Amino acid sequence: MPASYAGLRKEACGIREFFLYSVQEGLLFGILALGVFITFRCLNFPDLTVDGSYPLGAAVFALTMYRGYGPVAGVVSALAAGALAGLFTGILHTFSRIPALLSGILTMICLYSINLRIMGRPNISLSENLGHRTIFVILRDAFPTVPEVYVRFLFLFALLVVLKFLLDAFLQTEIGLSIRATGDNETLVATQGINPDDMKLIGISLSNALVALSGAMFAQYQGFVDINMGIGMVISGLASVIVGEVLLRGKTIFVMTLQVIVGSVVYRLATAVALNWGYSIGFKPYDLKLFTGILVIVILSFPVLKEKFGKA
Amino acid sequence: MLKLDRVNKYFFRNTQDERWAVRNLSLEVQKGEFVTVVGSNGAGKTTLLNLISGTYFPDSGRIFIDGQDVTTVPAYERAKYLGRVFQNTFQGTAASLTIEENLAIAYLKGKRKGIRMAISEKMREYFRERLAEIGLGLERRLKDRVGLLSGGQRQALALLMATFGNPKILLLDEHTANLDPKTGEKIMELTTRLIEENALTAIMVTHNLQDALQYGHRTLMMDEGEVVLDIFGEERKRMTIQELLERFSELRHKKFAEDRALLSS
Ligand SMILES: Nc1ncnc2c1ncn2[C@@H]1O[C@H](COP(=O)(O)OP(=O)(O)OP(=O)(O)O)[C@@H](O)[C@H]1O
Ligand SMILES: [Mg+2]
Repeated sequence: MPASYAGLRKEACGIREFFLYSVQEGLLFGILALGVFITFRCLNFPDLTVDGSYPLGAAVFALTMYRGYGPVAGVVSALAAGALAGLFTGILHTFSRIPALLSGILTMICLYSINLRIMGRPNISLSENLGHRTIFVILRDAFPTVPEVYVRFLFLFALLVVLKFLLDAFLQTEIGLSIRATGDNETLVATQGINPDDMKLIGISLSNALVALSGAMFAQYQGFVDINMGIGMVISGLASVIVGEVLLRGKTIFVMTLQVIVGSVVYRLATAVALNWGYSIGFKPYDLKLFTGILVIVILSFPVLKEKFGKA
Repeated sequence: MLKLDRVNKYFFRNTQDERWAVRNLSLEVQKGEFVTVVGSNGAGKTTLLNLISGTYFPDSGRIFIDGQDVTTVPAYERAKYLGRVFQNTFQGTAASLTIEENLAIAYLKGKRKGIRMAISEKMREYFRERLAEIGLGLERRLKDRVGLLSGGQRQALALLMATFGNPKILLLDEHTANLDPKTGEKIMELTTRLIEENALTAIMVTHNLQDALQYGHRTLMMDEGEVVLDIFGEERKRMTIQELLERFSELRHKKFAEDRALLSS
């Protein structure tokens, strides 16, 4: 994964474009963060499949394009592949009774090889003439008079709004409610006649479908797929979720998914700023994961720190 | 209605920590019967309820509900016959969900879940009605998260949820033990009312010997995984706590080891 597109492009554009690029990336990763939200927050299932299902989505998208199908087929295939990856993790956990973290890591490690198989080599380009254009190229050509950055921004914004409202609605359906109840109180769910394992399978699959979608969209955005683009994605997704929770208060579904999206955008802006501004103090793109790790650690430790040292 | 036939349950079987939690227990409960269960700590009361609900499967013996052998039917499938309230006031509800969402989970029990909206206006109407009956003002707080409620309110909600759809058997496990005495009394009142109004078959575990004799039709006393006393009818009506304790020591050649029971009587 290139550390940040915004970071690379800053020189070439003004502050407004810099801002828009970061927000775009925030929206792209917001799709992934919504997926992470489903497992970590709704299901209470810390799913590490993400680091594998994100590049899986990108790889499957690329494969579909290389086989001569259009970007819509690519996106649908990516969604399906992500759901399958999630289902696999879910089965490891519910059927084989492997602990949640380990189930995710196992799928992730299997996916590394599978992704390489799909791609054929560690890095493939999407910008060559493939017979079909990627979604962003189609958009650019459709609105030749509007600057590309705005077209992309509006498209991604609309996409995320739609996804948010679909997810909000889903979480209030019978299955969605059962998934949330499973994450809260598995004993209760079983005494109310719901098989918690079924709900986990559905939730984890849906989550990874979104993650793979995010991967497929980002591959089109940057114009290539890299085997390592998934490294650390679960933590940056989690960072988005918890940054959002710090910034916005509220526990309704509407607010919670909004938190995720706002969190993702703010987190991307913060990393972009850190990269550009931090350049002068020797901050390098590869320091980004350390930055993210520390950010998550600080926010997660905050309640304890406040309790220990707050009122003293 | 409910029949247990020589049921055994071990924990840590064939290890040096082996516990024989329920021993050769046979029991028949008739339709409409309200049974109270008392017994010292570790007597196997909770395990008995867990066996009935399918949380655990017995190591041997059979369990029948309404003539159907449910011995190995998983808990979530058996749930359609059962309602259950736990001692821990957080166990019977989902704290992060709203009151109406909790009620909807119970309302939809036994139905196939689809991608329809879980809560309809008609259901809300019904929820408000049922909540108004328990008189805690919860009918005005449908959208509040359950985590915001007091223990007593949560337990009342759990009780209502457990009785939705008139389960064949209601299982209550010391569901007033974690409440202050006054709230506990209120919840007991609500319990008996819901059981009577809906003519439910119920099994209630309690530490309060007074409650055990006062409520219901029949009292079981458990010790070391067995039912050692089973009293009902006239005998039960005349029984005092003192007599009950005496009967226990005669039978078991030891004192009824339960401090809480003595204190609360
Ligand atoms: N999940 C479990 N794992 C291991 N041992 C258990 C488990 N549940 C119960 N036991 C053991 O089985 C025996 C009966 O326990 P149970 O919880 O049924 O007693 P109880 O009558 O409900 O007691 P209390 O009045 O304390 O609630 C005890 O020795 C207990 O340690
Ligand atoms: Mg118990």
